[in-house]
This record gives sequence, structure tokens and C-alpha cells, in this order.
Amino acid sequence: MSRGSFWTVARAVGWRSAHNFFKNPAIIIPALLFPMFFFTAFAGGLSRVDSVPGFDYDGGYTTFVYGFVLLQASAFGGVFTGFAIARDFESGFSRRMMLAASNRGGIIGGYWIAALARAMFTVAVVTAVALLTGLEISGSPIDIVGLYTLALLLNAAAMLFGTGVAMRMRTMQAGPLIQLPVFLIIFLAPVWVPYDLLTGWVGAAASVNPITLVIESIRGLLTGHPTEVLPAFLVAALLVGLTALWSRGGLHSAERVA
Amino acid sequence: MTRGSLLRQVGALARRSVVRTLRQPAMVVPSILFPLILLSINSSGLESATMLPGFPTDSYLQFALAITFVQGALFSAMSAGTNVASDIENGFMNRLALTPLRRVALMLGQLAGIVALGSIQAVTFLIVGVVFGADFATGLAGALVIVVFSLLISLGFGCIGAFTALRAGNGEAVQGIFPLFFAALFLSSMSLPRDLIEQDWFRTVADWNPVSYMLECIRSLMIDGWDGEALALGFACAGGVTLIALVAAASALRTRMVRT
Repeated sequence: MSRGSFWTVARAVGWRSAHNFFKNPAIIIPALLFPMFFFTAFAGGLSRVDSVPGFDYDGGYTTFVYGFVLLQASAFGGVFTGFAIARDFESGFSRRMMLAASNRGGIIGGYWIAALARAMFTVAVVTAVALLTGLEISGSPIDIVGLYTLALLLNAAAMLFGTGVAMRMRTMQAGPLIQLPVFLIIFLAPVWVPYDLLTGWVGAAASVNPITLVIESIRGLLTGHPTEVLPAFLVAALLVGLTALWSRGGLHSAERVA
Repeated sequence: MTRGSLLRQVGALARRSVVRTLRQPAMVVPSILFPLILLSINSSGLESATMLPGFPTDSYLQFALAITFVQGALFSAMSAGTNVASDIENGFMNRLALTPLRRVALMLGQLAGIVALGSIQAVTFLIVGVVFGADFATGLAGALVIVVFSLLISLGFGCIGAFTALRAGNGEAVQGIFPLFFAALFLSSMSLPRDLIEQDWFRTVADWNPVSYMLECIRSLMIDGWDGEALALGFACAGGVTLIALVAAASALRTRMVRT
């Protein structure tokens, strides 16, 4: 199978999925609202938390929260793409697509393009609002490229995870199984306070959660004080690799019934 | 129509509504599980916020437990709305319209399932709170007031869900109001007491948001003791929301029956 056919399929699937996203207010509004809610509620309602003894972050609470919301918006761009795949299977569209595609790997590639488009759009809107409300990015251009690359790697990992679940279950009832693990892994990282201030079971969970490294690295890059950048990229790349294998298994499962 | 006949109608529809709600684990389990998951994450992740000067308690679990009751009530709204929308979509409402059933019986019967769900939620949240170390400054009497208050807000949000379903006639519209509820909860004194909210605009929104007073009513019973002002404000907000939503839902039901 040629590389050309992979990209032909990927472009077609990506265009259709991105078109569905941008043309459908019922899909685009929740995708924008949820990160905006999180940003507004945490940056607005919890900003006094930066007065807690031991809270040492140079960028201020708005920037601190932005690091989390960037990650959340990127990951949920992937999660919502998983929902779209499940919907395509339920409506029978995916079955026809599987029969028509000359390279079925291109289908996953296309959904990845759509997830990337969703995440870039959501992140752009959230970033614009954050900049208007006090976000301070003091990192160098290289730091900025690094932090957004990390976010997009997480987007790819979430999308590939969602693809694997959706292609195995092939029903919209897969929604909670796609959403809940991503939600939990993100919220069991240092969301509201730095890692050192976490206590209890969330502190213990954060110490073994790979997303802790990623979010701390993103926050460091935002202020121009990079920390744990290489381990964070290795973790993100590993997540993408593992979820790619998971999604390939999902594709094989879907092929068996197509 | 005699009073006995009205009671029989309400009883029959209430039984159906309760059985239908409780027979759907997909409706009951998330409405209890999600608030508890968030409570668990919040209470551990934000424990250090109790170090802020002026924070009313040294346990964030104690502070955050109130959120579960309001979140549970928000799920009730989705449950009530989905059930009513399903009755409209599958023609059950049309068939009822051909019977001499009174509208008030239909409305009360439909809301009985929400009250049942609200009771299960409230008791579960109280038990989980106690097991994980939450204290009740007002003792058992305060816990009972919390259950009653929780039922009132479940009823209020349930009526909003029913109103939406009756007006729109489909389940998607009910799902569409979830982000609005989500915003109402997040733009309140959910995470910090209002006097500790630093951003002026956010404090102003929280001051005008009835959800803040609902949360503070429950918190006062758990943390401060019997606080007449917090109780009065909480019950006034919950009662006001319930009354307005009930009138709106009754009006929407009248319109729906006429259309039928």
C-alpha cells in the first residue's frame, strides 16, 4: 500500500471530521465552553490560593491555571474526536468508510488531523481569553514552541486512546470509557497547587502520574524556567507510542467486523 | 374529580416515575459517583487552601462536601428532563392526554422520581462524608435539614429539566442545558468562601448567583452551627428557584397538552 494512499484517505477523513466540528454549533460550543469554564472558575475563583505558604510560582495564578487548561483543552480535543469516531460507527458511516478506504491506517491519520484542528482552535481561543485576563508568558520562543508541542503530543495520545476504545466498542456508549480515564489522569496531577503542596491520596497519585511531569514542564516553559523538559517529552512520546499501538489494535478489531 | 381520585392518579404516576428512575443505573450511578469522585479529588488537591487566613475550617473535605449535594441536584435536572422528553418522544404523553388525567397529577407524579433520586443521593453523600471524617456542627438535626434542603434543590433543578423537555420536546435540548448548570456551579462560591475570592468580577458574579447561597446554607449547618441568615438565604434561593421552575414547567405542560 503506497504512502500516497495513506495521505489521500487521511486528508479526506480529516477534512470531513474537521468540517463536522466547525460547522456544528452543538459540537463546537461544548468543546470551547468546558476549558473556558475551567479557566474562568479556577483563575477567577481560586486566585487567592497563590497566597498559600509554599506556593512559589513566578507567573501568577492565572498563568499557573493556564498551564492546566492548555493541557485539558488539548487532551479533550482528542477525547471529543473519539466520540466522533464512536458516532460514525453507530451511524454506519465508518463501516462504509472501512470498505472504501484504500489504506485503513489513513482513517486514524485523518481523525488525528481532525483532533489536531480541534485542539489548535480551542487552544487559540482559550489563549486569547487568557492573554486578555492576565496570562503572562515570559518563556523564550523556543520555550513556547516546546510547551505547545507538549500539549499537542498529549492531544495525539488522547485521540489515539479514544480511537482504540471507539473502534473496539463501536457505539456512543463508549463515551464514558473514553472520557473518564483521560479526565482522571489529568485531574490526578497538580491542577490547583504545585506538586509540593499536594497532600493525601491525590499527592500520592500525582507522584506516579506521568502527566505530573508534563504539566510541571509546561508551567516551567511558560515562565521561562524550563524544568524536567526532556523527561516530559519522553513521557509524552511514550504515551503517543503506547496509544498508537492501542488504536492499531482497535482498527484491527473494527476491520474484523467491517 | 374527587380528592381521592387525584391522589390515586398522583400515586400511580409517582410509582411509575420512581420505578423508572431507579431501574436505570445509567441515571442513578453517575449522579452519585461523579460528585463523589470530584469531592475526593478536590478535597485532597485543595487541602492546602485551608491554610489561607480566614478559611472557615481546617478540612477541605468538610468545606467541599456541600458541592456534592448541589451537583447531585444538577444531575436530577438531567434525569427529570430526560424522562419527560422520553415520554414525549415515545408518545406516552399523547396517550395520557386522551385520558381524564389532571395536569397537576401528571406534574407531581413525574417529579416523584426526582425526589426519590434526591433522597438516595443526599443520604449517600452524608454517609460518605461522615465515613471520611466530616463533622456536623448542628448534629443529627442539621443532617436532617441538609436532606430536606437537598430534596428542595433537586426538585427545583428537576423542574428546570422538566420545563426544558416540555418546551423543546426532545432529549437533546435537555442535554444542551447541562453546560449552563455547570457554569452556575463553577461561577459560585464552590471552591472558596466568597470573602476569600480575590477577583472582584468573580466575587460579584458569585454574590448574584443563587447557587452560592445554596452551598453556604449546607456549609453553615456543617461548619458554623445554626446560622439563621445562611439558612434563610439558602432556603429562599432554593425555594424561589423551585417555585419559578415549577410554575414555568406547569405552564409548559399546559401548552404541551393543548398541542397534543
